[in-house]
Amino acid sequence: MCLGIPGKIIEIYDANGLMMGKVDFGGVTREACLAYVPEAIIGDYTLIHVGFALSIISEQEARETLELIQQIADLNSEIGPESTVFEQV
Amino acid sequence: MKYQQEFRDAGLAHSIVQEIRRTVTRSWVLMEICGGQTHAIMRYGLDQLLPEEIELVHGPGCPVCVTSLELVDKALEIASQPGVIFTSYGDMLRVPGSGRDLFSVRAAGGDIRVVYSPLDAIQIARENPDKQIVFFAIGFETTAPANAMSVLQAKSLGLSNYSVLVSHVRVPPAMQAILSSPYNRVQGFLAAGHVCAVMGYWEYPPLSEQFKAPIVVTGFEPVDILQGILVTVRQLEQGKFEVDNAYPRIVSYEGNLPAQAVINRVFTTCDRKWRGIGLIPASGWCLRSEFSHFDAESRFAVSQIQPEESPICIAGQILQGMKKPGQCPAFGSLCTPESPLGATMVSSEGACAAYYRYSSQAAGLMTQE
Repeated sequence: MCLGIPGKIIEIYDANGLMMGKVDFGGVTREACLAYVPEAIIGDYTLIHVGFALSIISEQEARETLELIQQIADLNSEIGPESTVFEQV
Repeated sequence: MKYQQEFRDAGLAHSIVQEIRRTVTRSWVLMEICGGQTHAIMRYGLDQLLPEEIELVHGPGCPVCVTSLELVDKALEIASQPGVIFTSYGDMLRVPGSGRDLFSVRAAGGDIRVVYSPLDAIQIARENPDKQIVFFAIGFETTAPANAMSVLQAKSLGLSNYSVLVSHVRVPPAMQAILSSPYNRVQGFLAAGHVCAVMGYWEYPPLSEQFKAPIVVTGFEPVDILQGILVTVRQLEQGKFEVDNAYPRIVSYEGNLPAQAVINRVFTTCDRKWRGIGLIPASGWCLRSEFSHFDAESRFAVSQIQPEESPICIAGQILQGMKKPGQCPAFGSLCTPESPLGATMVSSEGACAAYYRYSSQAAGLMTQE
C-alpha cells in the first residue's frame, strides 16, 4: 500500500472536476488521479499510490543522488576491494 | 523502468555496503518504519550484506497489520449485511478477525469487492444507487490523500450511498511511542519515504531532538535503503541526531501541500488503537464532524463486538521491534500466509510474511531484477 510505483504521465484530462491522467508503467497503462500534482505535465515521471500521483520525481535530485553514490564507488575502486566481497549472481 | 533500475544496481549497492563497513565501529540498532522497506530488505537480502554491528529491527508501518481487531470485526459485520457492497484494498481480505475474515464472509454470500483505488469504490457507488457502498479506509499518510478525496468526491457528486470505515494511522506518534518505551532498543530511524512524500519531514526534528535519535528519510529500492542506512550510521558514529533526507528525488521538507490540505479538510486527529500495540494518543485520523454522515460506523448499527485475539501470536511485539518473526513458536508451522494467526503474516507489508517468503533466499539477489 505504501509501495508507490514510478510511471510516466502520457495524457492529462479532467473527469468529474478532478485532474486525471494516463500513466505508463513500463508498457502497462493505468488511469491515475493527478489532483495532488497540479504542476504535472505530460512526460513527467510520477509516483502512484492507490491510483493517486503523490509526487513528481525530480530528475535532477535522482542524478545527484546517483553521482554521490558513484563517488563512493570510485573511492572504493581506488582503495581496492575489501576483505569481504559479495558474489554477484 | 526509469528510476527503478538505477536504484537496483548491484555495483552501487555493494559500494555503499563497503562504505558502511568502513564507517561502523560499534553496534547500532536501526528501525525501518515501513513494511514495504522490510519486504525490500528481505527480498534483496540486504540484512545479510550489512556488517554484523548493524541490526535492523522492523517497524509498525504495515497498515493492514495495525488496523485494530475491533475495526476488522466491524468490517466483517457491515460486510455481512444485505444490500451492502463492501470495498477494500485486497490485503485486508485475509486478515483474521475474531474467528473469520472477509474472504469467509464473501464465501457466505457477502458482496465484497477488491478495489485498487477508493475512486473505484466511488464508481461502484454511482453504478449501484440502490446499494450501500462501504469503503474500508485504512492506511497511513500514503493512502489518506486518496481516501479523503473519495469523501470529497462523494460529497460533490451527491452520493448518499457511499460511506467509509476509517482506520487511519499516523507515523510520528508511533515513532514517539516506540522511543518512549522502556524496552526501546532503536537508536536511529529510516523514515518511511512515501509517508514523507505526502507529509514532508517537518514533523521529525522535535522527535530526533527529544530522543537524540537520527531520523533519515529513506526510499524503497536497494540502493535507497542502503544509502539511508549509511547516512544514519554516519550520524550515529559522529554522535549526531539530525533529520536527513536520503530520498530527495521524491521527498521535500514541506511534503505535498495540496494533499495535506485535503487530508486536513476531511480528517481530524484522534486517538487510535493499534492492533497488537494498544492505544496511541493522537495517532489516528477520523472524519471531521462536517463529514460524519459519510462515517460507516454511525451509518450501520453494529452489535456489541467482543474481539478475541489469538493467544499465541506475538505480532504486537514484532510491530514494536521487540521481537523478530523467528522468535514466535507458531511461525511457519501453526501460522503461515495461507492460514495466518496474525495480520503480520498476511500483508505484503507484514514482517512475518516477508520472513516467510524470503528467508530461504540467499543474499545477492539484487542483480536478478
